[in-house]
Amino acid sequence: MSRLSLFIPLGVFALILVVGWFGFSLDDRRQMPSALLDKPFPEFAAPSLYDEARIVTRADILGRPTLVNVWATWCTTCKAEHAELMRIAERTDVQLIGVNYKDDVAKAQRWLADFGDPYDMVVVDPDGVLGVELGVTGAPETFLLDGEGKILYKRVADVNRRIWRDELAPRLAQLGIVEKDLPERGGR
Amino acid sequence: MLAEFGQISLACAACLALAAAVTGLGGNGARGELLRRSTVSMVVGQFVFATVAFAVLVTAFVNDDFSVEYVANNSNSLLPWYYKVSATWGGHEGSFLLWIVIMTLWMVAVVVRRQNYPERFANRVLGVLSLLNLGFLSFAFFTSNPFTRLIPMTPADGADLNPLLQDFGLIVHPPLLYVGYVGLAVPFAFAVAALLENRLDAAWSRWSRPWTNVAWAALTLGIALGSWWAYYELGWGGWWFWDPVENASFMPWLAATALIHSLAVTEKRGTFKSWTLLLAIAAFSLSLLGAFIVRSGVLTSVHAFAVDPERGSYILAFLALVVGGSLTLYALRGGGVRAAVGYKFMSREFFMLINNVILVVSLAVVLWGTLAPIGYEVVTGSRISIGVPFFNMFFVPLMLALAAAVALVPVLNWKRTRWAAIKPAFTYALPLAVVGGGLAVFFSEPRLVMVALALMLAAWIVVTHAFDVWKRVRARSSIPLSYAGMTLAHLGFAMTVVGIAVTSTQSVEADRRMAPGDQTELGTTAVQFVGMQQVRGPNYVADQGNFLVTPAGGKPYSLKPEKRRYLARGSIMTEAAINPGFMSDTYISLGEPLGDGAWAVRLHFKPLVRWVWFGCLLMALGGVIAVTDKRYRRLRARQDTPAHGGAAGQVSA
Repeated sequence: MSRLSLFIPLGVFALILVVGWFGFSLDDRRQMPSALLDKPFPEFAAPSLYDEARIVTRADILGRPTLVNVWATWCTTCKAEHAELMRIAERTDVQLIGVNYKDDVAKAQRWLADFGDPYDMVVVDPDGVLGVELGVTGAPETFLLDGEGKILYKRVADVNRRIWRDELAPRLAQLGIVEKDLPERGGR
Repeated sequence: MLAEFGQISLACAACLALAAAVTGLGGNGARGELLRRSTVSMVVGQFVFATVAFAVLVTAFVNDDFSVEYVANNSNSLLPWYYKVSATWGGHEGSFLLWIVIMTLWMVAVVVRRQNYPERFANRVLGVLSLLNLGFLSFAFFTSNPFTRLIPMTPADGADLNPLLQDFGLIVHPPLLYVGYVGLAVPFAFAVAALLENRLDAAWSRWSRPWTNVAWAALTLGIALGSWWAYYELGWGGWWFWDPVENASFMPWLAATALIHSLAVTEKRGTFKSWTLLLAIAAFSLSLLGAFIVRSGVLTSVHAFAVDPERGSYILAFLALVVGGSLTLYALRGGGVRAAVGYKFMSREFFMLINNVILVVSLAVVLWGTLAPIGYEVVTGSRISIGVPFFNMFFVPLMLALAAAVALVPVLNWKRTRWAAIKPAFTYALPLAVVGGGLAVFFSEPRLVMVALALMLAAWIVVTHAFDVWKRVRARSSIPLSYAGMTLAHLGFAMTVVGIAVTSTQSVEADRRMAPGDQTELGTTAVQFVGMQQVRGPNYVADQGNFLVTPAGGKPYSLKPEKRRYLARGSIMTEAAINPGFMSDTYISLGEPLGDGAWAVRLHFKPLVRWVWFGCLLMALGGVIAVTDKRYRRLRARQDTPAHGGAAGQVSA
């Protein structure tokens, strides 16, 4: 073994570190990435999850502040995110639209029955066509729209309590939507 | 006021860690006696302050102090007291505090055993550990402070612990896993101290073996518990998902397993030294890398409950310092430790080499599968996901090859083995195993070549090990505890292999629509849906199904799966009902209501699924039993051996 070969582990580690660093700095791009920011939500037409014949379009979701959540049953983070969405649905009047992304309709219905359905409406995007329009890179992603359908904020990765508190709740408050204090919360 | 005491304790522990790192790493001069003594007391001080901080946080949880943000986010007044306590490590901040407490516990354990090592060496080890602990403490203090207050906006009640985590498995899983993760810091510190002190003899490998074994055993149990938890709590019947976070715990495990074997060679034969050092550094580095993956959010997974970019950059910098520093030290000092000890092809050394190669290749596969998606995204900007088929493609043949190597261990001697000694393993044991495994496969459905191979190899392991034990008993030779531990661990490995092979191919699964009164069949088992009822738990309400299960020729019993709705968050959880058995599990979970009282019902029949975890239990037990061997207890008497006299013959037991 030559002395130089002892440096191989260090080299391998440096490589991992570089990948880790760049992979990690992608996060910045993930936080506020969308070219669609402050632009109107694109026109679309997609079938509803529960009724294939019913086509939902952009006009159907306008009128009040809306969260558009891209999710799928194959996405484990979506499962972690789900509880927070349930909470948001229960505590606020924001309209919650689900985009079931590259998924199986039967599985998606089973998921919502299993874990609860926080959405006012769910549209399916089995081939990711709508996803391309929206610049979706994966699930979950969440868009915040105002009543006119302008995109105010986009979250790539899960909506958790921190994102709700720091990003979504303040923006929604400006649109006149505040969190209700349900009696259950007190519980005593 | 109490939470502020926790804060102050954390700061005190950090100051002591800094001071102990200085005296530990710099106090080895001729007149450093006083400094070395103070290192010891400052290490104990870190333990005391970390424990106080942790106790303060537990108290805040038990007393429902929702003015503390972390408590408000992770607890609720309706939680039962035991979940309030375990909620302490239910989120990022608290679990990291637990990590620190466990770190200081390991450090105190080193202090207790310090008489076994030369004074300067022990001082170095404690210095390295304190430096690491300083990194952990400042991470907790600056990016993940669990004592931050929510004043004046104190909520009336907390947001509740994630229902997925309200479970016995989650009370014990993180602490055990952390004992393993953090425990690997001790062999790491021994390796770094050995490099710094320039004493790469067989002695240091003997010193670090007990530490490695115990850490490895805890890691094994922790991983097994996590797998068991996923099995019954997630409600999908799976027990391993190749999820990034699972991989993050599996990688250090693979490295530590390789390390245990490589340490054995270094201790007994004085070879593999440089390699052993590298493994010791790698095992702990991989636990840190795991922490980075889990807590930075660079990879998303089911465990990603609280990720934060700020934390990621801190951990990455810490990783660069610790791993980069130790690998540089290794590159500069690790050379020149080769020993001119030869061995033949049919020798334990060579098979240990095979073992290490297989484990390291497995490790590379997992590392690649975990990091490649990030690398791909960096290069191309789009995402790929590497799924289960990728891992299975590599792991099935790798683990079968490993099983074949393990089977031959009892008949192999160090240095070289005569064919006459090996022959019985092939002429008696192998045919016996082939017949036994073949018979088992004959009764399986579907019959698969890979399953047959796995069963035969596992049977071979059992036969060769049993034969060796019998030989020793007959010859009335003593059975050292380290030998007993090894045998037990290898039998555990065989058991896990059988469990995985059988349960992943022979399980039966069915999705049925069932209304009360309906009857269905799962394999040879009859299942009747008796009815539904509403039940109420401390913090949830549930629909509970009642199913009467009648196995063919067995006694009927009832299973009661639940669909729970947790009050505080409104989240819905599926609570599967399982009839556990040594040979098989019957598993029922409720899907969605289909109207008219009918439900979608998921039924699973899982043969030998428990063998996966029992096997891990045996492995861990084996690891711990090996530590109690006389060889390690007698260390005290040997501390006077000259520091640089590391000839192999002198230390081989």
